[in-house]
Amino acid sequence: MTPGLRKDLALGALAVGLLAVVLFVALQIGAGGIVSLIARIGIFALAALALSFLVTQAGLVSLGQAAAVGLGAYVTLALAERGQSELLVQLPLAALAAAAFAGLTGLVVLRARGVAFIMLTLAFAQMAFFGVAALPAFGGDDGMALAARSTLLGVKVLRSEAGIAVAALLLLGLALAALTLVRHARLGLALRAAMDNERRAEASGINIPHVQLAAYVACAAIAALSGVLLANQADYVSPGYLNWHRSGELLVMVVLGGRRLAGAVLGAALVLVTEDLISHYTEYWKFWLGLLIVAVVLLRGRDLSSLFGRRA
Amino acid sequence: MSSTLFLLQLLNGLQFGMVLFLVAAGLTLVFGVMDFINLAHGVQYTLGAYLTALCVAKFGHFGLGLVAGLLGALILGYVLEWLLFGVLMHRSHLEQVLGTFGVILVVTDGLKMLFGPAPLPLAVPEAFQWSVRLTPTLVYPAWRLAIMLAGVVLALVLWWLVAKTRLGMLVRAGSTDRETVSALGVNIDKLFRLVFAFGAVLAAFAGAMAGPLISIEPTMGDNILILAFVVIVVGGIGSVRGAFFAAILIGVVDTLGRAFLTGWLAGLVGKPAAASVGPALASMLIYILMALVLAVRPQGLFAGAGGK
Repeated sequence: MTPGLRKDLALGALAVGLLAVVLFVALQIGAGGIVSLIARIGIFALAALALSFLVTQAGLVSLGQAAAVGLGAYVTLALAERGQSELLVQLPLAALAAAAFAGLTGLVVLRARGVAFIMLTLAFAQMAFFGVAALPAFGGDDGMALAARSTLLGVKVLRSEAGIAVAALLLLGLALAALTLVRHARLGLALRAAMDNERRAEASGINIPHVQLAAYVACAAIAALSGVLLANQADYVSPGYLNWHRSGELLVMVVLGGRRLAGAVLGAALVLVTEDLISHYTEYWKFWLGLLIVAVVLLRGRDLSSLFGRRA
Repeated sequence: MSSTLFLLQLLNGLQFGMVLFLVAAGLTLVFGVMDFINLAHGVQYTLGAYLTALCVAKFGHFGLGLVAGLLGALILGYVLEWLLFGVLMHRSHLEQVLGTFGVILVVTDGLKMLFGPAPLPLAVPEAFQWSVRLTPTLVYPAWRLAIMLAGVVLALVLWWLVAKTRLGMLVRAGSTDRETVSALGVNIDKLFRLVFAFGAVLAAFAGAMAGPLISIEPTMGDNILILAFVVIVVGGIGSVRGAFFAAILIGVVDTLGRAFLTGWLAGLVGKPAAASVGPALASMLIYILMALVLAVRPQGLFAGAGGK
């Protein structure tokens, strides 16, 4: 184990551990609002983490991450409708559905670079949005209530907000550890090489379309897991989950989190706590969030562009 | 399906395509010249519609309101350019996406704050409240024909500007090789500002013209923005001609798909199956078309040096 890998794993453990401590304290003092907030942070951090891997490790700025999350939620809804609430069935199938979608669209999307890549990820996510919104079996535009919360081996582990929070933090910790290992393995090195200089990477024998597609598909699958939990927390699934504003918000979390994978957890916490605070005072919290985003982008100066390579 | 109904939907598709073209034209030039991704372009469309609706309500005259609305949209566009886009232009795509996304949130929620989530009223101007008898069975609203005419005229003006003027030459050169143009002594920032302002007014005009046909609400720019993206990648980034033909293609396919696909499928797979997948398939049709075009021509239909 290299020192770099050890440090990244430790940072990841610290980020998830801090959330776990806050969750524990909140449960002890009976602060239900904070338990829900931690659950939300865990869920969104999971999706943001997957996107962070794409953006910081592969230089692929996707504006379609919400589609993967939403597809995961819709798979959960569809399975629950048919009486299948087992997480051990729902989680793999949700991941599989999002991976299939990412695999198919990735074949087209990954041939594009720069602005075209961003526009195409957005366009295909919008296709998924309109696709699910036009399915009468799942409530169309309005969406539909989840028939039953998911179970683990028949036990209703997600019945309470605390259960969802624990599940979210567990999945987040696992995904963070897995992606950190990948980052330091051959695939991670190949992706970064392709991000830094495509020609040189190709010349040194890296199959760029293969490694990028692998990353694109894997990150969609991870994001779909967060969709399963999101559906459970809301007891409801609607096309709004696939709305491209969600993808934008996930990207904001990634950038606020910085270049390290564990940063996505911090970014998600920052955005969701800010949302939570502002929405206490005004229903127009998006206005202030927007101003904040613009200010952050302007104030952070030029270092971001050097962080993420020229091909983003 | 009767031929009259088909013709009617075809015309609707063409008219929608013209609106798409007006939005996409400015966007594709800004991409082409500056490699700048502007998610907030849809905001110009929304602002054009809002300002026009407000000015028409104030002056009681559509033409006057339209001119005032477009002027307002131009000023707001310039303010945004001065405050933000001029800075973002030199940053990474990721920052451009975030910064312009922030603008969308601010404007969308700002409009909700000021005018509420309900749509603003804007009627078709009185001079256009009549219909044209195109065939013995087909009567078509004059306003939609006016939109088509305006779209074609503006497309020709744009073609003339890009292909025949010195400014257009610089734009074409800039989209091929920005650094060389800049090294030859052209102020690329100034060029960007001009192109940007022009695109902003075109989008605002599209919003104002489409205003009486759709509902003027804060999120109206979002959908048109993403459709404009589809138009641009299908047509080839930076190509105005590509944007024109792609916009017509997307507008017609989308409109005809929504109108006829379910009925057509019913003949193939039976009514119940068609009713459940038809609408979904129809709304995904243009994205499937986009994927097919890009699978064959990754650079879009009209990309490349000759595509301007």
